Amino acid sequence: MKSIETNKSNVSGFFSRLVRRQIFIPIAALLLLAVFNLVTDPSFYKITFGYNSAGNPVLSGYLMTILDSGSELAILAIGMTLVTAATGGQDISVGAAIAISGSVILRVLCGTNSRPETLQAPIIVAFLVACIVAMLFGAFNGVLVAYFRIQPMVATLILFTAGRPIAAWINNNELPIINEPSFGYFGGFIPGIPVPTPFFIAVACMIIIALVLRFTNLGLYTQAVGINESSSRLNGLNPAFIKFLTFVILGLCVAVAGLIKVSRFSTINYSVIAKDIEMDAILAVALGGNALSGGKFNMAASILGAYVIQFLTTTLYKFNVQSDALPAYKAIVVIVLVVLSAPIVREWLSGVWKKIRPEGHGKEVA
Amino acid sequence: MASSNKTSKTGGGLGGKMKNITDTNLLLTITIVVFFAMYIGAMVFQGKGFLKPQTFFNILNAQAALIITACGMSLVMITGSIDISVGGVVALVSMCCAVYLDFHNGNVFMAVLISLLIGLAFGVVQGFLVAYLDIQPFIVSLAGMFFARGMTTIVNTNPFNVQNEAFVALKETRVIVPGFGSVNKLGKYVNAYVEIGVIIAILVVILLFFVLRWTKLGRGFYAVGGNSQSALMLGINVKKTKFLAHLICGLLAGVGGFVYFMHVGSGSASHASGMEMNAIASSIIGGTMLTGGVGNIIGTFFGVLSLSTIQNIVSSAGLDDAWWTGITIAAMLCLFLVIQSVVMARKKRALSTKAE
Repeated sequence: MKSIETNKSNVSGFFSRLVRRQIFIPIAALLLLAVFNLVTDPSFYKITFGYNSAGNPVLSGYLMTILDSGSELAILAIGMTLVTAATGGQDISVGAAIAISGSVILRVLCGTNSRPETLQAPIIVAFLVACIVAMLFGAFNGVLVAYFRIQPMVATLILFTAGRPIAAWINNNELPIINEPSFGYFGGFIPGIPVPTPFFIAVACMIIIALVLRFTNLGLYTQAVGINESSSRLNGLNPAFIKFLTFVILGLCVAVAGLIKVSRFSTINYSVIAKDIEMDAILAVALGGNALSGGKFNMAASILGAYVIQFLTTTLYKFNVQSDALPAYKAIVVIVLVVLSAPIVREWLSGVWKKIRPEGHGKEVA
Repeated sequence: MASSNKTSKTGGGLGGKMKNITDTNLLLTITIVVFFAMYIGAMVFQGKGFLKPQTFFNILNAQAALIITACGMSLVMITGSIDISVGGVVALVSMCCAVYLDFHNGNVFMAVLISLLIGLAFGVVQGFLVAYLDIQPFIVSLAGMFFARGMTTIVNTNPFNVQNEAFVALKETRVIVPGFGSVNKLGKYVNAYVEIGVIIAILVVILLFFVLRWTKLGRGFYAVGGNSQSALMLGINVKKTKFLAHLICGLLAGVGGFVYFMHVGSGSASHASGMEMNAIASSIIGGTMLTGGVGNIIGTFFGVLSLSTIQNIVSSAGLDDAWWTGITIAAMLCLFLVIQSVVMARKKRALSTKAE
């Protein structure tokens, strides 16, 4: 009898520990979506093997779409998590910054002519230039936030407004088109490999950030600054510089995402490219269970959160929801999430839970 | 005439108060001076259009909705919060009114009621989430903005012009401004006019100015934004004050939505895109501090005027690209944000040296 009791409490303890783990939130959301799709239409999970128009072997299906188009979001979520942790605010200019870095890549590749026959510069050079430019814009945000002490969301509002105009200005408001097929590899398929390249790029970014977090103090420092800025300064950290650094890292993530975005279409549309992606990136961080007011973070949960968002988007598209109407549904998800994660609501819920199950509670105490 | 009068007044005030000038007044003075410098500069260097009084009133006509929403925004910002859903609410209101008037043959009074109700609903929900559940206002209103934008598309996808007769008559109503006018090409004297929206906007500005300056609620907004802890100790209901600020902002977004709708006379999902941004920018330019506790409705009014004046200057200078407006607004916002930040830093330093 007694052994059963302890066994039971062990099981419930395991579950409560699992629920308390941060990564539980995105996993639960993912399972919910997965089951929903399984019930409504099992063909959602079908993956077919075929050949695309260029004769390359490709895997296609909704799951591949999620892995493919969720890559940019996952990459952005990495930087956004760091910014959120250190500053307690979010960068809302990432979409505009992607437009800028994409525009820079096309500008370098095309040179002066907007429809070149051959590339005017190696792709790697264009990418590096875009990295530098995106990091400079990240640094601009970082300076405003860290040194001028402007709220992150308002400071990044500047680039949010000016970003797309700047992107258009870089290319003289022309729409360059690149005919070189090798440029399309980054957003499409490398011949012979049936898995979309963006997925590999995202995985590479994840490995890099995992190594950085493992072997440097970046994670510790950003969390320290986010939890208590003045005490981290008393412990010998430079909070302003760390905040600045997180924005520069986000700039780097933006450049990678920008490369994938422009490579997908080999051209750019300044007002549409990466539209509303800032909302998704913030949502990914929130869905990962990270406090949007800064402090502790869980990178894996954020990245998983990004894929959950893409899962949600793909599911909504499958139900023929117009792309313009998509934000309304996502907004409801955001509100439900933030309401459930609000400390006041959590306290209230746990109070209600205790009232509902006074028996179970009494046993546990005994 | 009027403009020179006002500059001299502020100039006199500046000299007298220079020694113990408050943050609010300093930032307000900067804004008003910048506006008049810009407008007079435009008159001198670009001449022609800017010399006509109607140009000024056209700015008012076009920006009446922005003035109203920016007033609500300032109110929220004074309490240390923010609401970026106003642009979306304006778009939703104009789309709902357009659909109601044209497809359901509604009357104008009900349309006004609809816009007020939509604004109120957004204000109540966001205010509740921000004030009573203590959720970050930016996230709440970001979701609000996306919800409003999405709903606008769900209500109706295609943009269209409203044909409802009663509404068109209201839209075309022009109020003559006595004492202003200009001679047109045919040599006829034409009176300057404003639309009804401008009168509503000016009423809102005056009303809010009085509320903020002389009522208990108005002073409560400043107290909560300045330091919510001390406000709580003074016996102010902080949560209720924050809630009311969001509620009023939502309501004003509804009013602004109808005024916007009266100006453009159509419904479209892309209406008022970036309006939240302009409202925040105008408030900041008008001297409202993002950190809360500092701000002035008159400043916001001049903030809107400065913003649209610079847009007019940019477009009449031949840079008639939609892109340039975005860049100039962002540059101006950046400049004023940095000024605020520097002012705050200096004030902090002055306080700390005084304490020593």
